[in-house]
Amino acid sequence: MSDMNPALETFSQEVDELLTAMEEALLGLDGTPDNADSINSIFRAMHTIKGSSGLFGFDDIVAFTHEAETVLDRVRNGERSIDAELVSVLLTCKDHTAHLIQHFLYHENEPLPEALQQQSQALIAQLVGQSAAVAGGMPSTQEEKADHFEVDVNTTDSSDNWVISLAFKQDALRNGMDPLSFIRYLQTLGKIIEVIITMPTLPRIEDMDPEDCYLNFKIVFNSNADKKTIEDVFEFAEDDCDIHILPPNSRQEHYLQLLADMQEDQVKRLGEMLIEIGALTEKEVANILHEQHNDNEEEAKPIGEMLLEKNILQQPVIEQALKKQESVKQKINKESNYIRVDAAKLGYLINLVGELVISGAAMRLMVDKHGLSDVDDVASTMSHLVEDIRDTALQLRMVQIGETFTRFQRVVHDVSKELGKQIQLQITGGESELDKTVVEKINDPLTHLVRNSLDHGIETPAERMRAGKPEKGTIQLNAYHDSGRIVIQITDDGKGLDPDKIVAKAVAKGLIKQDQVLSKSEIYNLIFEPGLSTKEEASNLSGRGVGMDVVRRNIEALRGSVSVDSELGLGTTVTIHLPLTLAIIDGFMVEAQKERYIIPLSMVEECVEMSSDEWQIDDVQHYVNLRGQVLPYLRLGDFFHKNKKHTRTQRESLVVVRFGEAKAGFVVDELHGENQTVIKPLGKLFENLDGIGGATVLGSGDVALILDVQGLIQHAKKRVNSTLALSLAV
Amino acid sequence: MTAKAKKNDGIHQLSIKDDMTIYNAETLKETLLGFCHPGTQELQLDLSAVTEMDSAGLQLLLLLKAESQKRGFILRLLRHSEAVIEIFELLKLGMYFGDPIVIPANWKKS
Repeated sequence: MSDMNPALETFSQEVDELLTAMEEALLGLDGTPDNADSINSIFRAMHTIKGSSGLFGFDDIVAFTHEAETVLDRVRNGERSIDAELVSVLLTCKDHTAHLIQHFLYHENEPLPEALQQQSQALIAQLVGQSAAVAGGMPSTQEEKADHFEVDVNTTDSSDNWVISLAFKQDALRNGMDPLSFIRYLQTLGKIIEVIITMPTLPRIEDMDPEDCYLNFKIVFNSNADKKTIEDVFEFAEDDCDIHILPPNSRQEHYLQLLADMQEDQVKRLGEMLIEIGALTEKEVANILHEQHNDNEEEAKPIGEMLLEKNILQQPVIEQALKKQESVKQKINKESNYIRVDAAKLGYLINLVGELVISGAAMRLMVDKHGLSDVDDVASTMSHLVEDIRDTALQLRMVQIGETFTRFQRVVHDVSKELGKQIQLQITGGESELDKTVVEKINDPLTHLVRNSLDHGIETPAERMRAGKPEKGTIQLNAYHDSGRIVIQITDDGKGLDPDKIVAKAVAKGLIKQDQVLSKSEIYNLIFEPGLSTKEEASNLSGRGVGMDVVRRNIEALRGSVSVDSELGLGTTVTIHLPLTLAIIDGFMVEAQKERYIIPLSMVEECVEMSSDEWQIDDVQHYVNLRGQVLPYLRLGDFFHKNKKHTRTQRESLVVVRFGEAKAGFVVDELHGENQTVIKPLGKLFENLDGIGGATVLGSGDVALILDVQGLIQHAKKRVNSTLALSLAV
Repeated sequence: MTAKAKKNDGIHQLSIKDDMTIYNAETLKETLLGFCHPGTQELQLDLSAVTEMDSAGLQLLLLLKAESQKRGFILRLLRHSEAVIEIFELLKLGMYFGDPIVIPANWKKS
């Protein structure tokens, strides 16, 4: 409904009201047949609908309502009396008009289906035919209508008859069947129009066994009985006879109508639908299914195809049923897959789940403290459930990033046109999911990065040809999950970043010193510094040097990180690491100097004993030799409590953490293991604390700090560097 | 003997004196088959005494008709009994056999 144009929506409402009024008036006429007001109201309904429909070009509705209007006009003028019969026809007309309008509203550009059209004609015939019969007027149309109306009960038009095929088996007679008796009984249900007897398997007369049955019948049968009743006639012959009952064409319309009217609240199987409308009997479906089951040596055919092949049903009915099935499916999908929920409610739910996690942990603590072994089972079941609830609740907020990505198709299309470049956008990993708030917040930085690639990255076609690259540039958006985070990459095959230019610019801006030695990645990451742009001239798209720093700030605000890598002349890749969610994480709890800390579990690589025997610990430069790898480390206790005197009494542990490519070790006193961590933002005052990303409440009511691993790794590295520099200077 | 035959210049007349049902289909077939030889030009079947006919009997009649067409002799059905007429009506077989059917005046009045 929502995408219907407003005029049509008004029309549909208006029609609804008119038809309701018409129905009321018609029903009122039963009591007082000459009520002028009622008749006027009915007339007005048809008249107005005709007018409005004309406005929208719904010619079929106009044609139909015109006939109804004509009859009603004559009623109004007293030329025709209204009786119960006409009222009932008009009621059907009213329903039919509603159907027609429904059709045009929802399938505006499709032609009227056969069934509706024929119903229109039938109703017109009834309207006019009746009026002709009663009032005897309108000689011009009378004959024409008579054709429609005089349905001879003995009509031999085979299209309106059932076609029953009976193929008796050889032993039918011996088993006491007499095909004739069935046909005789069939006569009681209707009229046998024609019988065609064939004996396809008849041998030469000499070899023929008179007790065998060679007879096949094809019976053209006219009856109003439904399929089930007809099938029941042959119930006893079932074992000795192949029975096919093909419904008449008029039935077919009836079936189509029933299909159209079928409730759309549930997806049914094709067989079920066809049984429901009476086009198939349960027996037929069972047989077909059985056959389909046996057919497994080849690929099983769909039921619909088999029905057609066996000539059990006409094609249109099956097609319609399939279509109906499909549309119901879609409708249900649309209805059931999405429920609009207020984001605030969802947020509240997540909060509650957070509290639940905390009190679950508190309960756990009590159980352990009192050593209640019998409660232990219950408690662990519950904590499992709580974990599931947590995951599901968070999942609720997860959306695929694909939609955000595809939005860039348009941007790329428009911008490349504007710049006279040929650029295609490739999207991979669009099905990766992440928190809705993250998606929303990442949109701006992404747009900026894509525009950057479009503007600075990809060259003009002429330049690309000269560089020996394909004329068409490519920008890739890729997303994938990596250790509990999502990684988004924007890659272009453009001209890449020129390190010399960046350094020159950075020196000019005073960001670095002339003789400062920087690694390649450090140089590239300079572009995230405020005020640095490699573009000589600013375009209206990008290049003013504002932006990349904003991009980094935005991403870091999401506890993410961004880095850039480039190869001059070949292209640039910007990589963004983001947490999947902002609310709850799996944490790893450690203790140092009686203080508890949480490290996001996804970043923990391993835990080893901090022993000098095993690893060559360099106490001065703060690194260990971890299986041949130089690993900077940080004593959490020292880092957070610089001024305290520390007593190292117990054994220490080294927690190896990884963030992207960077690794570091945290030295702690005790490991407490996994912990579901509800992230509580720190107050304004503590927002800018070094190395701390947030806090959480433990089951015991204590507060544990969540470590900002990224920041701490930087610290650990810096220490190594500074001590190195120091030792070099000495 | 369920049938009585007369022969006259290749025209055989046979009146069936019994029901045409599965119970005697075997013998009936043998009898009828006996007439299907090259000397036969016309076979007239008197059906007036057939008080009952079932599918097996009908099958034989149809078979005989087909055989007559194959062998090129004429099959005439005469004096259809009520039972026969009823079935012919039911299955619209009158046209197929093409023999005039005389409906007795008191037929189906009872």
